[in-house]
Order: sequence, then C-alpha cells, then structure tokens
Amino acid sequence: MSLRNIGIVYRKELTEALRDRRTLITTFLVPLLMIPVLGAGFTGVMSAVIGSAKREKARVAMVGGEDSPGVVQALGRSAKLKVLPAAQNWRNQVVDKEIRAAVEIPPHFERDLGKGKAGIVTINVYGGELKSEMAAANVESVLKEYRDSIATGQLEANHLSAELLRPFDVKRLNIAPPEKTAGAFLGGIIAYMLILMCLQGAMNPAIDLTAGEKERGTMETILSSPVSRTHLVLGKFLLVVTASLVTAMLLLFSVSVSSTMLQKSGVLNQMADEGEAVPELALKPAAIASVLIMTIPLSVLFSAGLFTIALFAKSHKEAQSYIAPLMFLVVIPAISAMVPGVDLTPKLAIVPLLNVSLLCKELVTGEYHWNYIAIIFASTCVYAAGALYLAVKMFQRESVLFRS
Amino acid sequence: MEEVGLISLGREEIGGRAVIEAVNLGKTFRDKKRGEVKAVDGVSFVCRPGAIYGLLGANGAGKTTTLRMLATILEPTEGTARLCGQDVVEHPERARQYCGFLSTATALYPRLTAYEMVEYFGRLNGLDSTTLKKRIDEIFARLDMNGFRDRRCDKLSTGMKQKTSIARTLVHDPPVMIFDEPTLGLDIMTARTIIEFIRECRDRGKTVIFSTHVMREVEKLCDVIGIIQNGKLLAEGTIEQLRQRHGLNDMEDIFVKIVTPHYQEAV
Repeated sequence: MSLRNIGIVYRKELTEALRDRRTLITTFLVPLLMIPVLGAGFTGVMSAVIGSAKREKARVAMVGGEDSPGVVQALGRSAKLKVLPAAQNWRNQVVDKEIRAAVEIPPHFERDLGKGKAGIVTINVYGGELKSEMAAANVESVLKEYRDSIATGQLEANHLSAELLRPFDVKRLNIAPPEKTAGAFLGGIIAYMLILMCLQGAMNPAIDLTAGEKERGTMETILSSPVSRTHLVLGKFLLVVTASLVTAMLLLFSVSVSSTMLQKSGVLNQMADEGEAVPELALKPAAIASVLIMTIPLSVLFSAGLFTIALFAKSHKEAQSYIAPLMFLVVIPAISAMVPGVDLTPKLAIVPLLNVSLLCKELVTGEYHWNYIAIIFASTCVYAAGALYLAVKMFQRESVLFRS
Repeated sequence: MEEVGLISLGREEIGGRAVIEAVNLGKTFRDKKRGEVKAVDGVSFVCRPGAIYGLLGANGAGKTTTLRMLATILEPTEGTARLCGQDVVEHPERARQYCGFLSTATALYPRLTAYEMVEYFGRLNGLDSTTLKKRIDEIFARLDMNGFRDRRCDKLSTGMKQKTSIARTLVHDPPVMIFDEPTLGLDIMTARTIIEFIRECRDRGKTVIFSTHVMREVEKLCDVIGIIQNGKLLAEGTIEQLRQRHGLNDMEDIFVKIVTPHYQEAV
C-alpha cells in the first residue's frame, strides 16, 4: 500500500474540487445557509401566523339562540370574538374560511336550562385549521365560564358551596431540563439534516470523480498512468469523504451558531407558554463533538455507496438519475427518527441510517448510552467497510469502467 | 553539462531486442445482446526500438482493444504481452511505467493547468520533485508551451491540448510509446504535430506502436505494418514485403485485398 500515491491522487482531486463551482456550492454554501434560511423562514412564518391568529377578533356565526339571550351576550362580551348572526349558508362559510366557527344553540336552550334539562351547544369548526381551532377554543372557554357561573348561581341558590364544583384541581408541570425539552424537538431535525448533508456533500464529488471522469474522457488517461487502481480509487474516495465531512461539519457549525443566536434573540421566550421554562436550544460542545464522531462512518458509508453507483454511469446526468431513488432510501429512515416516540432499541440499533438518526437525536439531548453508541458506531463502520470494499472491487472491473 | 534530449532512449539500454511482445493476445467481451465477442483473437507480434509498428484496420477490427491491453488499461483474457520484459498481466503497474499512451480518448483534466496536468503524471510515475521540475521545464521549452503553462486545460486550444497531452506522455521518458488513432478528428496542422512527434520518438530510439485506418499515415510513417480484422492479425511485414507478397503497389489496394474475404465473413 503506497500512501504516497494515494496522497498524490488525493491532492490533485482536492485541487480540482476546489475549482469546481458545483462542489463549492454543495459543500460550503448549502450547509452554511440552509439552517439560517430555513430557520428564519420557518420561525418567521410560524410567529406571524400564530401572532395574527392570537390578535384576530374571530368572526363566529350564531346559529339559533334567539330565545337564549344570556349565552349570546356572554359570547358577545368576549374581546376575542365577533359574533354575527348566521347566514343561510353558514356551513359553507366555515369551510370557505369566511367565518372561523359557527355556534349552534338548540331551541329553548335557556328555558330548558332553567328546568334542569341539559342541552348541547355545538361548535362547528374547520378541523385542523389553526385559526378556526383557536376561535373554537375561545368560544369553548367562554361557554365553560358561562356554564360555571350558572352552576355557581344554582349552588348558591341552594345554599351550597361553589367548591362542590371542583373537589380538586389538576396541574401539569414540565420537569425535564430545558435543553432536553429542546433536544427532543431539535434532535430529530438535526439528525435528519445531518444525514441529508452528509449525502448531499458526497454526491457531487462522487459523480464528478467517476462518471464525470468518463464523460470528459480522462478515465483512460489516468488508467494509463502507473498508479494502481486501488490507490487511485482510495485517493478519489478520500476526497469524497472529505467533502461529505466538511459539509456535515459546516452544517453543525451553522446549527450551533443559529441556535445560539435564536436563544439570545428572545423569540423563544415569546413562543413558550407562560410560566414554562424557555427551551435551551444552544448545543453543548460535547453533543456537537459526539455527533461529529458518529458522522465519520456515516460519511464513509455514503461516499462509498455513491461512488459505486456513480461509477456505473457514463455521464453526470446518468449518475444523477441513478442516485435520485437512493435519496428516498436515505430520507425515509432519517424522517422516521423524527417521529416522536421512536426510540432506540437493540433491534433498531443495527438498522443502518435509522440507528444513526436515533442516536444523534439522543446525543443532542445530552444522553449517552454507551452500549448503543458502541453498537451503532461499530455496525456503521462495518457497513461502511463493506461499501468501500465494493467500491474498490467495482473500480477493478473493466465492464464497469468501460461500460458501453 | 549533460545534454538531455527530449526523447532519450529510456531508462535502460535496450539494444535491438524486442521491447513490445504480444504473445497469443486475446480479449473476449461479454455482451448482453451478442453474447461472447472475441474482440482480439490470438494476436502475436514484436516491436523493436527505433521502429514504428503500424496497426492497420477498419473500425471495430480490434486495434483499440489490442493497444489498450498493451497499455494495461484492459486485461487480456488469453495470452499476454510484455513491455521491456514486464508482463502486462502479472505486473501491470510496472509495465505501465515503461510506456506512454496517447489516444484521442485520453483527455486532459479541465480544471488543472497545463503545468499541473504534466506534474500530476510525473508524480504518479514516481519522479522526485527536482527531477520532475527539470524535466517539465525541458519539455515545456522544447514544445514551446511556456505561453500557456498556467492556463487551465479547458481554456486551451486543440493544438495546445495536444501539446499538453504529448508532454503528459513524455514526462517520465518512457521507452515505449503507444498511440491509438492519435490523429482522429484533428485538423491538419494539429495532426502534423502528432505525426512529427511520432517520427521523432522513433528517431530517438523509442519503440513505437500506433493504430490508424488512414493509409497515408501508414505509408509515411510505418516501418512494419500489421493488418488486423475481426480481432485477428491477417498480415504483417514492411511496406515493401507486403507489396511484393500481394503484387500490388498501393497500400489501400493491398489492405482491401487482405481484409475483404474476412470483412464479408464479419458482415
């Protein structure tokens, strides 16, 4: 094994990669800009939507209730609601988002109430639509208050304590440390982005160094030099791994800078509910370091895989069309790890990609299960070594190098 | 000061012995549609220093495959070949050090400069920095390449590219030169540079093999001619020998006479 030759090939490929605009964009620009752009866009849109929904005086139609002025007036007094008489087509109005909700009061509602006969008030909403749901929640809280006031009145009329209504109270308290609350939410996203960036960073160099070389006619030139094919493939492969790792590192750098800035900006305080601890978004150095270490075998796996696939192609375009379906194979386990409740188990610890995604999710929250870390690092190394072995073998095959 | 010619004899004294030896060389490809295809079938020949061996054949006759096997880009499925005594099957990396390979398919790296391109191949051939620098300076001066030495290969004209390719094959001063249809698709002026270069290689005592289907090039250049069709070497000899053997004067007529029966067979 001549390290000298591998080094010569690597240095040359590095020189070329640094002069390739496509590689520069995918390796440097995309990971650095993706998080701030996505993050700013996402939080901007979310806070705008939530803010406007919170400020809005929701238009709510009143269906019936002509004989029940008490409840209608109670709703009308709410600062968050604008009560309108129902139009003929109120159902369509809700669906068309012209009004946020329609409150249906059964006939003789208040008269029946006086007789101790319970009626049912229906709130018609557009399920899943944020503004409609929020209006409905406001309507509901007004109605509950109204109901309580009636109940209290009746209890008092019978000389009974209002306490009877609520023999005890229930309270929910978040006791997870702030960084874990954020980690559970952020960890999945970071793992997903990291896997995507690892793949994305390796993609262009892997194609350029294989199919690209065939397309430009330099494959025959390099094969006529005395460098052995194993040295050649290893030199090329190292460059692909470098690109993948640099992309992943820049992503982590971007994530930690963006999250620290977000923390300081105070947007989070605004988003957190009152009385709750503000989530700790800023990543700990130990979390970044451990995620980065897990990235190494992952990069090797992706680089070798992409390298092998792209080697079959005769042109850049052909290689891209082979690799496109691979994206789905990678994205599916990465997304699965984001699903809340999917956690590491001994079986999942050997599923490639899914294991790394799940582990990264844990690492970001500051949890270190050393047995899982060992299994996942080792198994990913095994998969990576297998993929690299395949890449080296394929590079020796004439039918692959000179496919016509 | 010792005068170093652009093209010296190579690293060893070779004398008059065979430098390229093809021994029953064969290559079978597996093709999905056509099944097994014998691209080269039992080809044997010898090339000596200071002579140009021309491999003449129609398209698809097996010229490129033969030369690629000599350059160890492809591995023979039968027989073998030796370059300066190094077996291409057993020691392909060693055999490659003895040869420079140039074809229209051997392009340059677009994002490297002319200098970096030649330097890269010098390093891969194991030259140390001092020797390499001296060697590149000589070649660049001799081929008049200093005007574009730091220009990227994708910005070079066809002529400049050819010169860079020549410099690339010469950087390690190989005793064997293999040219696969080196003038294919080139304009007259660029093609002439190549032809002159091939002749110069011979005059400096290198062993040269080159393939073509252009009769004029054969008549102008070749000392020995091998005619190949359907992967088989059908005839071999000097131009004079072939003329006498077939009773024809024109090289094209000789070629057609030899190839025709086999050509129909192939169709």
